[in-house]
Amino acid sequence: MDVTVTDLTVARGGLAILAGVNFTLSPGAALVLRGPNGSGKTTLLRTVAGLQPLMAGEISGAEDRIAYAAHADGLKAALSVTENLGFWASVFAGPSIDAALDAFDLRALASRRAGHLSAGQKRRLGLARLMVTGRPVWVLDEPTVSLDAASVAMFATAVRAHLAAGGMALIATHIDLGLEADVLDVTPFRALAMDVQGADEAFL
Amino acid sequence: MRALLLRDLQLALRAGGGFGLGLAFFLIVVVLVPFSVGPAAALLARIAPGVLWLGALLACLLSLDRLLAVDWEDGALDLLATSPLPLEGVVAIKAVAHWITTGLPLVLVAPVLGVLLNLPVAGYGPLVVSLALGTPALSMIGAFGAALTVGIKRGGLLLSLLVLPLYVPTLIFGAEAARRGAEGLETGTPLLLLAGITGCVLALMPFAAAAVLRVNLR
Repeated sequence: MDVTVTDLTVARGGLAILAGVNFTLSPGAALVLRGPNGSGKTTLLRTVAGLQPLMAGEISGAEDRIAYAAHADGLKAALSVTENLGFWASVFAGPSIDAALDAFDLRALASRRAGHLSAGQKRRLGLARLMVTGRPVWVLDEPTVSLDAASVAMFATAVRAHLAAGGMALIATHIDLGLEADVLDVTPFRALAMDVQGADEAFL
Repeated sequence: MRALLLRDLQLALRAGGGFGLGLAFFLIVVVLVPFSVGPAAALLARIAPGVLWLGALLACLLSLDRLLAVDWEDGALDLLATSPLPLEGVVAIKAVAHWITTGLPLVLVAPVLGVLLNLPVAGYGPLVVSLALGTPALSMIGAFGAALTVGIKRGGLLLSLLVLPLYVPTLIFGAEAARRGAEGLETGTPLLLLAGITGCVLALMPFAAAAVLRVNLR
């Protein structure tokens, strides 16, 4: 089933940021969002994930099918890598964590506490969480932050495998992941309200 | 749901989880009371039920600001909100975990501390029963307060101000049941009212807390 976004207007703090956004994600396809900082990529992703109410338009096919990953990984420093992954696997009633551990090369770190991992290792654990959710639509906000080149390649492989299995991915990123994906630049959708001087006062 | 409860208990028991904070506070308050009001046994016996209840309530309040704030800071709350668990269930489970790690130890240790305050023998049963009935309401109201203040840095003060008025009915009927028990009077009415308050809180607060949490997550 496709995820379809029609004439979507997303808002932050009651102020429209992007208006008239249209796209369709079909099984096996990825869409990369681009745009400068502050252009509304995160707000768009949070709205699609259902964390924020939309202002106008329609999102169909996203309900209960999304695995969301943002800047914060939601890891518990006092729990080990296996415990962190296992928790999310049981919350989502997803597949076993073995494939995820292997895909992100976490096997050697499995019993280490998340608090003792490096920033890049934490990020890998955060991305491995996507695989144990068993959800078809990955909504990712800057997934490659603090990853080195080898880990980025690891992540791209995981996304490709997910797409090949009929999954979908919506990714906001600044770097080229080497995916065969459509690119959507959000800049043209910028809502007029953002151009008004003193928009920050209204925001506060 | 069960995974979330187990994880929260696990986190509370590991280093830095804050288990024992409320318990230690309760112990300190009750131990210090005889020093501050004097060693008169009759006076201590009279104020014992009230002091124990107030101590338990403040000990409960002390640990509330971490109830949801930790999950908010590390992003886990966003992920839980997009998970298959209903947000109402998430908040309720968090309150249950808080009760097991804070409220339940207070209930269990209260009779021991009653000895320090010269609590009359007849008062132990009603004290434990009233605390066991009342502390779940304290945790659930606290979870609502934590949901209200979740995005605010250093929201502890605001949380206390919001939650304390809501704690008053529980405190009144809980302490009243314990006091009547200590004086050898009938305790049925305050205990029933206390149970009623707790029942209402447990039935309604998860929905209120989830509603404000949804607004705060935006």
